[in-house]
Amino acid sequence: MNKVERAPTEWTSEAMTRRVRRRYASERRFKALGFAAISISVIFLLFLLWTMASNGIGGFMETRLKVSVDFPHSNLLIDPALLKGAQAQQTLASADVEGTVSAAAQAQFGPQGPDMISEAAWLRVSDAIAADPSLLNRKADFWLPASSPFDLAGRGEGSPEMVHAYRALKQAGGVSKGFNWHFLTGADATDPSAVGIWGAFKGSLLTMLVTLAMAFPMGVLAAVYLEEYAPRNRWTTMIEVSINNLAAVPSIIFGLLGLEIFLGVMHLPRSAPLVGGMTLALMTMPVIVIAGRNALKAVPPSVRDAALGVGASRVQVVFHHVLPLALPGILTGTIIGMARALGETAPLLMIGMRAFIANPPSGINDPASVLPVQIFLWSDEVSRGFIEKTSAAIIVLLVFLMAMNGLAIYLRNKFERRW
Amino acid sequence: MSPLLLLGLVLCLGLVAWLSARARALAFAAGPTMASRPHSVPGYHGWYVALWAIVPALIFFSIWQLIEPTLVTNAVLHGPISAQLPADAMERASVLEEARALSAHEIEGAFNPLSNTLAPAFEAAGHRYALFGTALTLLLCFAGGAFAFVRLRPNLRARTKVERLVMFILLIASLMAILTTVGIVFSLLFDAIRFFRLISPFDFLFGLEWSPQVAIRADQVGSSGAFGAVPVFWGTIFIGAIIAMIVAVPLGLMSAIYLTQYAHPQARAWLKPSLEILAGVPTVVYGYFAALTVAPAVRSLGLTLHVPASSESALAAGLVMGIMIIPFVSSMADDSLAAVPQAMRDGSLAVGATTSETIRKVLVPAALPGIIGGVMLAISRAIGETMIVVMAAGLAANLTANPFASVTTVTAQIVGLLTGEQEFDNVKTLAAFALGLVLFVITFLLNVIALNVVRKYREAYE
Repeated sequence: MNKVERAPTEWTSEAMTRRVRRRYASERRFKALGFAAISISVIFLLFLLWTMASNGIGGFMETRLKVSVDFPHSNLLIDPALLKGAQAQQTLASADVEGTVSAAAQAQFGPQGPDMISEAAWLRVSDAIAADPSLLNRKADFWLPASSPFDLAGRGEGSPEMVHAYRALKQAGGVSKGFNWHFLTGADATDPSAVGIWGAFKGSLLTMLVTLAMAFPMGVLAAVYLEEYAPRNRWTTMIEVSINNLAAVPSIIFGLLGLEIFLGVMHLPRSAPLVGGMTLALMTMPVIVIAGRNALKAVPPSVRDAALGVGASRVQVVFHHVLPLALPGILTGTIIGMARALGETAPLLMIGMRAFIANPPSGINDPASVLPVQIFLWSDEVSRGFIEKTSAAIIVLLVFLMAMNGLAIYLRNKFERRW
Repeated sequence: MSPLLLLGLVLCLGLVAWLSARARALAFAAGPTMASRPHSVPGYHGWYVALWAIVPALIFFSIWQLIEPTLVTNAVLHGPISAQLPADAMERASVLEEARALSAHEIEGAFNPLSNTLAPAFEAAGHRYALFGTALTLLLCFAGGAFAFVRLRPNLRARTKVERLVMFILLIASLMAILTTVGIVFSLLFDAIRFFRLISPFDFLFGLEWSPQVAIRADQVGSSGAFGAVPVFWGTIFIGAIIAMIVAVPLGLMSAIYLTQYAHPQARAWLKPSLEILAGVPTVVYGYFAALTVAPAVRSLGLTLHVPASSESALAAGLVMGIMIIPFVSSMADDSLAAVPQAMRDGSLAVGATTSETIRKVLVPAALPGIIGGVMLAISRAIGETMIVVMAAGLAANLTANPFASVTTVTAQIVGLLTGEQEFDNVKTLAAFALGLVLFVITFLLNVIALNVVRKYREAYE
């Protein structure tokens, strides 16, 4: 009876336009908020990269000092005849080149002279003598790497005497800058101007080799079993649950496992790439299994049916047809897992890979360091000179990781097929 | 013969076996009738013989590698020279080890003169056993190969047999995952139980004071060192579950919403990879950044606010950890939002809701279980994160809610307790395993619950 007459909404009314305006304003605010959120992440990333780059670029450079060494009047006693043959290295090692260079620096720059050149400076002189023994008969000029305090003095930091010495030498043309090749070819040292990352880098390579050799076959085979053959029963569920869980277990727990089983029970060598690689392999395997299963799942059943139809056995179906088709996806997952393992630090600290290692490892059983652990160790050093070396090492690590991830993306784009 | 050379030789013999068996099987192939055609293609016959040649030899070889040192030592101990050995077990072991290293030319000279006299005995025994092992390995290789070779017949089911071994290997590979889990549980439990024999679990889980270093200095194991882990747990929760999540959850969720709902495809092509790069930066880099740049800034902020501030603060570690987790939260939220049926979104837009109203009132509530699961996984990641807290949060166990103060976490304590002197029966070392056990159990529970939540919710919409 009482039919409620409702007037149609007056969309152009003052109240309505205000309401719509308010809703649109809130829409814009929300969108801006989203943009701000993602911007914060991107800005942080850029800031992080910029900090590392600006700190680290100096780590690749070295300050060099012109030092003249007067060999005939020095205390260095080397028989030039001995420098010809095989015992050249040994002769140079037993001669006191270090003392001679230090004395030359003292004669030239005064009492703080020996502190102005790097600990590793004499090695360059030694190499120069090996290359040209006739140097021993004359006075020769060398451009030697400066020590870390002198290097810092170049930027106005450090002790006043050093800054003073730097300015005086700079005016006389006795200082130059150059690319620090030693940083890429040397190993760890106590003096920041003498450190290099090759030792840690080689350790990382060896460790990754062990990890790859163990995790890849095991991961692929496990993925094949679970995806293609495993019967649906309690055992399979248990395997699946433990793989999913292992992928999320904190990495340091794997370190505890490595410490207890590989070092405690199996008595494998401490700090060795072998143990590090095995520990990281256990960590990487679940990642490869999960990536492998997804890649195998993506291969359409028609491929399997066709192969079975022409008489292939179940093993032949997988190994001749399905696995080759899934391989690009598996490789992508493997590279991503390896990149994660390459950046991992905590489990390697647990198995003792934190010692001071002054020589690059020559095999998987030698004590070694790896890049991330080297970064951690250098970041703990008090000496100011280590800051730029740490950042420089971080740049090397990041470049390597990005190259690996780039390779993974390239593989994915080039070989992945959409069915 | 060096082990590597022997290994190569065995593999070469395997190749020879493969070639000869395949050649033999190729001769079968020319049968006139269907019934006389061989069961398997020649390659499988090759594999059948090659595997028989290689596998038993390799199994023996690896077992031999493990037991050979013990056999050599035993042989030396039974020799006449062993009478001179010191009676003390420790000393004896060190002399034996030195003599062994000397005989293997791992070291140049010996510290103990007795080692020099023992070294020749070691060398002789080593040679004898190495020769024995090599001979037996090669014998097994030949015997296996011959055993299989004489069985080659057209009707031999070579393929079936080879494939059975392949399946067995596949099964073993997948069992490695269970083995790893069992290994983790046992290695943690074993030492944790030894720890709980010294310190009662009740004191450990509910004690309010944590100072493992004191016990070591006073050299009174277990009696005066304080192992009450509540401050450590609190620090872990404070950094990983509170500060980091305050940063990561809103930023990650909003990033995901912006990327999936608003961003222009071209912008997305740039923004998404940068989030992926953020996820790929190693934690040690974050830790260095936190210690070098963020921590001093946080400290000066705290000092301007007149709050007691430490140079290693919970806030610095938590902030950086939160940023590290953003990509993870974002990708989990992305998945959950994508799983909401398109019809719900379309319906909301059709009745006139703006995009943001649709997101806030329809999409996010519908995706909430998935998002919560993702946040739980993120928390499990944050509390297991090690390097950031080791480098930026420090080892001082404070029970405080001041974000500018220094707190410590389970992972930082594990690293602190286990690096340095390593003695396996030290209570300090054992405490690290007890902490590891707690960490493992908590992350395990979080993961299982979160994965179940995510799965159940996905099923609800399918």
